[in-house]
Amino acid sequence: MSNIVIIGATSAIAERAARRFAERGDALYLVARRADKLAPIAEDLKVRGASQAGTHTMDADDLDAHGAMLDAAVDALGVIDQVLVAYGTLPDQQACEADPASAVAAWHTNAVSPIALVTAIANRLEAQGHGLIAVIGSVAGDRGRASNYVYGSAKAGLAAFLDGLRHRLADTDIDILTIKPGLVDTPMTAEIDKGPLFADAERVGRDIVTAMDKRRAEIYTPGFWRLIMAIIRMVPRPVFHRTKL
Amino acid sequence: MTDAAYSSWGRLPGHEGPARVLRPAQRADARPEARDVSWLAYGCGRSYGDVPRNDGGGLIDTAALDRFIAFDAGTGVIECEPGVQLGDILRLGVPAGWFLPVTPGTQFVTIAGALANDVHGKNHHVAGTFGAHVAAFDLWRSDVGEIHCRADNAHRDLFAATIGGLGLTGLITRVQLRLKRIPGPFMDVETIRFETLADFFALSANSADSHEYTVAWVDCSARGNRLGRGWFMRANHLSGLAQPRQRPRGPGPSVFATPPFSLVNRATLGPLNSLYFHRRARRRDRAASHYQPYFYPLDAVRHWNRVYGPRGFYQYQCVVPPGDAPAVIAELLERIAAAGQGSFLSVLKIFGDIPSPGLLSFPRPGATLALDFPNRGAETTQLLDALDSVVRAADGAVYPAKDARMAPEAFRQFFPRWPQFADQIDPAFSSTFWRRIAGEHA
Repeated sequence: MSNIVIIGATSAIAERAARRFAERGDALYLVARRADKLAPIAEDLKVRGASQAGTHTMDADDLDAHGAMLDAAVDALGVIDQVLVAYGTLPDQQACEADPASAVAAWHTNAVSPIALVTAIANRLEAQGHGLIAVIGSVAGDRGRASNYVYGSAKAGLAAFLDGLRHRLADTDIDILTIKPGLVDTPMTAEIDKGPLFADAERVGRDIVTAMDKRRAEIYTPGFWRLIMAIIRMVPRPVFHRTKL
Repeated sequence: MTDAAYSSWGRLPGHEGPARVLRPAQRADARPEARDVSWLAYGCGRSYGDVPRNDGGGLIDTAALDRFIAFDAGTGVIECEPGVQLGDILRLGVPAGWFLPVTPGTQFVTIAGALANDVHGKNHHVAGTFGAHVAAFDLWRSDVGEIHCRADNAHRDLFAATIGGLGLTGLITRVQLRLKRIPGPFMDVETIRFETLADFFALSANSADSHEYTVAWVDCSARGNRLGRGWFMRANHLSGLAQPRQRPRGPGPSVFATPPFSLVNRATLGPLNSLYFHRRARRRDRAASHYQPYFYPLDAVRHWNRVYGPRGFYQYQCVVPPGDAPAVIAELLERIAAAGQGSFLSVLKIFGDIPSPGLLSFPRPGATLALDFPNRGAETTQLLDALDSVVRAADGAVYPAKDARMAPEAFRQFFPRWPQFADQIDPAFSSTFWRRIAGEHA
């Protein structure tokens, strides 16, 4: 049994992972922006077997709120064994191109905020000597593409940050997991037409829990995205520029 | 070949599908605001015909409304959102010693779908229908908002209309169900071969008091002196002391593509049924079985409905009153065998006399027969119309959850309380089934 903090707990992927934690009796602390969305999820996880499912509302964009949230999580759980950082937004790429403020806001939510948060968490885990931080990135971070490079670049920055943090903590008992989901059928992608590459949140949630259990450093989910992104990274620039990706 | 989204289990071709789909992530958001289209909740799409469809209208996909709200492991009362599947309830309940009070032949249905079709199971003779175990539910209505319905409160009329109400009375947003105690996950299953329909009726009568679950498979291709032969299966939950140590099997195979023609056809129908009839040498067998393969053998083969090919299939289920049941069931089987139609999934069961709580509930005392028919166009619908005539003459009924073609007059005869039901329909809700059946009254 582990004590797990989930930030962005109302995301469809996080909720699916949380159900697996609950079924094995883990103690959960759920953090999200909207209390009204959080309450039914916490209720459900308790019914499914979570030994506790405390909730905390926080806007992750407000960096000053991170410390108080972590204090509250420690109060609720005692020790934090694992953290799943699952929040993010899929910005409107056109709006980000037209308006620098939109691009910066997308970076703030998808890169600056998780970097600030994970820094604070890592320091606490380092002080206690053990732990795991799992962060949801994206395959979009593997190469900047015209269709969503603002989102992709934020996820790329986050991935490089996690690489460095993992390096820094390599000789400790603290593990860092970078999760790179492909296209997932969730409310975040509601506006996109679904093709055969879309995975359901249940599958992705299951892969995340397995990777956390195995203390992996990086996963693609579903796994075939590792191959797809390897190919996309290798496509020579002149050819790449003739595609619409 | 992939299946169209928001189709129904029979996969009959030629439907335009919904014009709009809502996919609420929270039950508080499940409020269809638009009034330029009609609405209908969509769960797992396991109803066979046009009951789950709203062609040209709007669907409310309840897949994400799948959260539990409360579970009292002392009393077995469970409360959850409408999209929770029966399999999820079993996964939670069985380790705590609780089981579904009534279950259909698949666990891949939502709790609200089970309620809205007032489904039944192999224990109908002792437990009645699914709706008989629903303690309460919340219903969102376009005219009055969210209301709490019980059999004994001010909304008792809506309670009776919504159970078996095919999703037409509004959106079910929360269900409270009473589970039943079981000693463990295993079943004590007895399988007995019978050669005639008379033997089936005798076995049913003899087993009604001793066995909680009874059902028979019948060879629908057999005629003459083989008419009505099959296997009778009766079971009880195995007592706690006798629980074996075997584990259930994991996920089974999937029919990953639709074959270009039905694998069940004139050439294969007879041999498939004969093989099944002669599948074991012993005429009587008794064994312990985990509840999964016992209750849900077809769940082990995902997308089994694809075996009927691109034209899909009809399912037909009727019930006929007990008095004439032996003669009427014999006549139905004779007509089916003579037509060379049907499949190998043919089921016969005696319903008990526990009243169904819904205005449009299908189960009533008598014998019920259910079979699949690969879609061969007019040839198939003409046979089904002929079966309807037999059922009407016998004062029986046909099950809407499985129907895609019964005539409006037939429906009105089978469900004489339909005018009271029609008064309770939500003005913003409709379905392809209802427009077909109610015509200008829809």
